[in-house]
Amino acid sequence: MIQTMEMRQVFAEELAKMMEQDEDICVINADLAKACGLTELSKRFKDRVLNVGVAEQNMASMAAGLAAYGFTPIINTFTPFATRRICDQIAISISYAKSNVKIVGLDPGISAQLNGGTHMSVEDIGVLRSIPDLMIFEPVDAVQLRKALPQIMSYKGPVYMRLFRLVAHPVFKETDPFELTKAHILREGKDVSIFASGIMVREAMEAADELIKQGIDAEIINLHTIKPIDTHAIVQSVQKTKAAVTAENHNVIGGLGSAVCEVLGKCYAVPVEMVGIQDTFGEVGMMDYLSKRFGLKSHNIIEAVQEVMKRKKEGESNEVIHRFG
Amino acid sequence: MKLGEINDLIQKAGEIRNLTIDELAEAGVGHVGGCLSIVEVLTVLYYRFMKVDANEPKMKLRDRLVLSKGHAGPALYAALAHKGFFDKSLLSKLNKPGTILPSHCDMLKTTGIDMTTGSLGQGFSCAVGMAAGSKIKQDQVTIYTIIGDGESQEGQIWEAAMYAGSHKLDNIIAFTDYNKMQIDGTTDEIVSLSPLDKKWEAFGWHVINVEDGHNMEEISCAIEAAKVLQGKPSMIILNTIKGKGLKCAEKAGVANHNMPITREMVDREKQKALVGEV
Repeated sequence: MIQTMEMRQVFAEELAKMMEQDEDICVINADLAKACGLTELSKRFKDRVLNVGVAEQNMASMAAGLAAYGFTPIINTFTPFATRRICDQIAISISYAKSNVKIVGLDPGISAQLNGGTHMSVEDIGVLRSIPDLMIFEPVDAVQLRKALPQIMSYKGPVYMRLFRLVAHPVFKETDPFELTKAHILREGKDVSIFASGIMVREAMEAADELIKQGIDAEIINLHTIKPIDTHAIVQSVQKTKAAVTAENHNVIGGLGSAVCEVLGKCYAVPVEMVGIQDTFGEVGMMDYLSKRFGLKSHNIIEAVQEVMKRKKEGESNEVIHRFG
Repeated sequence: MKLGEINDLIQKAGEIRNLTIDELAEAGVGHVGGCLSIVEVLTVLYYRFMKVDANEPKMKLRDRLVLSKGHAGPALYAALAHKGFFDKSLLSKLNKPGTILPSHCDMLKTTGIDMTTGSLGQGFSCAVGMAAGSKIKQDQVTIYTIIGDGESQEGQIWEAAMYAGSHKLDNIIAFTDYNKMQIDGTTDEIVSLSPLDKKWEAFGWHVINVEDGHNMEEISCAIEAAKVLQGKPSMIILNTIKGKGLKCAEKAGVANHNMPITREMVDREKQKALVGEV
């Protein structure tokens, strides 16, 4: 049932439950309460759901003030306005001050759809990942979101969550365990490790089903928490597979792919192929068009796997590989 | 206010000014101008109005002060040390490696600091957030905040002003340190704030103009009026002198924003900052 709900609806419902229990949780919107699915919540908790109007900088720093006053504030808006627009407020009022603020950005990457390029954050993870002391999380589906929220709220410190707004394709079962800072192995395999987040997890699963027919046994790991990244899980997987593919609804510069490469470069170098937005701005369109346009389909992952397998083989035969994008 | 009380505040302000000057001289360089222009308001707040307890710095129902012009931290550190939040000897460690007293306010490092500030405009929003929080809790706490005039060129100040005015946050009392100077020149030369009082009024604030922002009786009267006012946040505009009480700083004009300051300079001029001359 929950899997047919929009992510924003799940978010609002879980939030309501938590606000019922904890009177220090408050929510701040910047004139997108309706879009973020929080209209009912605003009515129910009138005194604890604030709307600052179209003033994201004020929203971020007010939240830090509320946190310093003992509250656990959650700020919401679309991803670009929850991140790049208020980068300094996130860096100083929130992260530098270790304010217990949860930042929720909706419509990450191409999922902004008809709002187009101006509303598409292809860089939010990259921008925020270099700010110290900020956790970055991206849920895959409603089940995972529901499990993650209490852990995020009880974590003492700033967290950024990039949240797909509509109905997410179901991936997780209610019985699946969830630990906020631990990667989740969705499928074990021996030939290649596919590290994916958000909407790309389902694409990776589809790719794996196809790859096995080609005799390639892919391991799929959901890196729902991109910072701090689960170094141990990444290294353990590639020690076995000796090849990695990353898949993200974000620029391949600065996001999950970069985070994985940082780990591999330092701990265990293997060939890597990155599926994601190839350093270009988004554009207007619906999901189906945009995911094809920006190379975020399962077949893009399959091609990346084929390429990385080739490189792995070349590496095994000790050939020097010169690759220029 | 009784004469004895005024004299007592004047003496305390003189001592806090001297502590600030010594602290900055020990560091060798610092935001001299903007520190010395707020000594009196800090004195009045900590010794006349704010419900705080140096022995219980995190007391839940304490009044808060957010020094949004975070670069004036050294003046606030001097006031806090004077009030007993930490030992005065620590003031000599300003900006030294590993210090608890950094150039800009850091609530994670310094006892008595209510909010981390330094990136201009943000502290004021934080104070508005605290005021909103106090309204939710209905705890009768007063939130004080000091902003700079140069800082008032930040758009975020006006985002927060609009919110507080619109939501009638009458538990916040803000001060503008209107010394009319910023780093690159006078505020009129760079981007004029005039008419500052009208701007705040237009944003829904009750504005009190204090002609002499170093006169503690005037400041006290303004705060008293702001405290009884209901239904509006209050902005107290303090017409101040940047570098007040240190002749070489006053003479330096806009250059006193961040200037070298030595023990010799201070010794030469200390008399100027003593009781009765501030």
